[in-house]
Amino acid sequence: MSEQTQSRRIMQGIYSRNTRSVVSRGMRVIARNNWMIVLTGFFEPVFYLLSMGVGLGALIGSVQFMGVDVAYAAYIAPALMAVSAMNGAVYDSTMNVFFKMHYAKLYQGMLSTSLGPFDIALGEIILALFRGLLYATGFMLVTTLMGLNLAWTALLAIPAALIVAFGFAAFGMAITSYMKTFQHLDFVFFLMMPMFLLSATFFPIEVYPEQIQWVIMALPLWHGVDMIRMLTTGIIDFSIIWHVLYFAVMIVVGMFFATHRLKSLFLR
Amino acid sequence: MPESHIIAEGLTKRYGDFAAVDGIDFDIKAGESFGFLGPNGAGKSTTMRMIAATSLRTEGRLEVLGLDANENGPEIRSMLGIVPQADNLDEELRVRENLYVYGRYFGLPRAVVNERADALLEFAQLVEKKKARVDALSGGMKRRLTIARALMNEPKVMLLDEPTTGLDPQARHVLWDRLFRLKERGTTLVLTTHYMDEAEQLCDRLVVVDHGRIVAEGSPASLIRSYSTREVLEVRFGTDKNEQAAKTIEGIGDRVEVLPDRVLVYADNGEQALSAVTDRGLQPVTSLVRRSSLEDVFLRLTGRSLID
Repeated sequence: MSEQTQSRRIMQGIYSRNTRSVVSRGMRVIARNNWMIVLTGFFEPVFYLLSMGVGLGALIGSVQFMGVDVAYAAYIAPALMAVSAMNGAVYDSTMNVFFKMHYAKLYQGMLSTSLGPFDIALGEIILALFRGLLYATGFMLVTTLMGLNLAWTALLAIPAALIVAFGFAAFGMAITSYMKTFQHLDFVFFLMMPMFLLSATFFPIEVYPEQIQWVIMALPLWHGVDMIRMLTTGIIDFSIIWHVLYFAVMIVVGMFFATHRLKSLFLR
Repeated sequence: MPESHIIAEGLTKRYGDFAAVDGIDFDIKAGESFGFLGPNGAGKSTTMRMIAATSLRTEGRLEVLGLDANENGPEIRSMLGIVPQADNLDEELRVRENLYVYGRYFGLPRAVVNERADALLEFAQLVEKKKARVDALSGGMKRRLTIARALMNEPKVMLLDEPTTGLDPQARHVLWDRLFRLKERGTTLVLTTHYMDEAEQLCDRLVVVDHGRIVAEGSPASLIRSYSTREVLEVRFGTDKNEQAAKTIEGIGDRVEVLPDRVLVYADNGEQALSAVTDRGLQPVTSLVRRSSLEDVFLRLTGRSLID
């Protein structure tokens, strides 16, 4: 059996190669109704940056990143960017998907057409990435104006944020397939809160004892924070490869997992 | 003999130990209007979702337009028009956009979708509302929009799950008229309902479903013939006295059924039955002779008279 017929068999009954129509529906809605949400999502990290970066930063001065002194605001700005990529992607792929599935019945309507679950899932992920792109670009503009991007490599932080968002969105979609009620979603946000606070977001990972460091380094957000921080500060070493690889695996596993859960997510 | 559009053999859907649909067979022909009639929870909607390939069957065979429903969801749905029980219009889009975007989900070109959207707004009598928000529409309008939307791909088969539930009589008649036009055009209609008048209006043939099984099958007229009498006499004696009066009536007509508020006498000639009742010395408070309807068949077959 050739590879093509193999892949056709997995996609049989769940994919009609029309993800485009799902994306264009989403764009239409964002353009018409949801620009407010886009705007608020943009301001959240900006407010964090102003209060903690500028406010606390005045007291703290600078922190060491890989042996180099970095101004506190410039230290946390990339972390906030990673966090907003994560939050946006997780929110879109869990809460939003769950709501559209069970309350707005949007997918029920889409699945009355020749669209399959894979078209819809991929479309939703692309839309989540598009939103992530808007947030990341907006945030970059602000940090550039504030002089917090210390090297040209900061430009690469935008695609890096998209990689982070993709990883989280793929996983979020898979997790949503197990959800039965909104209470289950609380559990997701319960896990994200400590990850946000503890993933070397606001202080260097070296403050932890070694065992705790290993735990943090196993979590995805730390990889996102460290990767984007390297890019915006220009303090880059070989270990950035591991971060990219971590997300590559997360995306592949998440997509595989999500695709195989699609039937239970959509075709009950 | 027209070709078969939908064939089911031993079709079964189980959720854990519970069989929502428990081994049913049917064969729906091209151009036919076919109804699933049954009480709530009989398995009608589950059957419809399996036909639409949005619910996967547990057992049996289900072929829709020549394709296996478990394997070919997108291909099958490209030829179906689906009207769900509860409206699931896209509330974030305006009326005409709902048609346009839905058409694009089928991968149809923009020009085709635009042309059909305008024609269907006409068909659904919604031209003036084309820029309105969906949540501003009345129940009947939403229903018509849902049906117009389902026609965007010019389907061979329309699946209508309780198309007129919750609508006022006027809106129902408008809708029936629209569905009748589709039938005249040769579209196969498959519908579920628990309204007997709807089934009589629209269905050439129907099956009565109860507890996930088919309990009867035939045209509305033949079902009435086999499971009921030509006429029904309804007599009321007052809530406390119905039971007592029924004992005296016993023997008149083919069958007597006691409901809490009235006694039904199934007879071929209702007027004769009524005079037989008064001959036995009973004086009903009100009496009514009517033609037997599917409702009588339904109550008899599903054993769900108003008593339980």
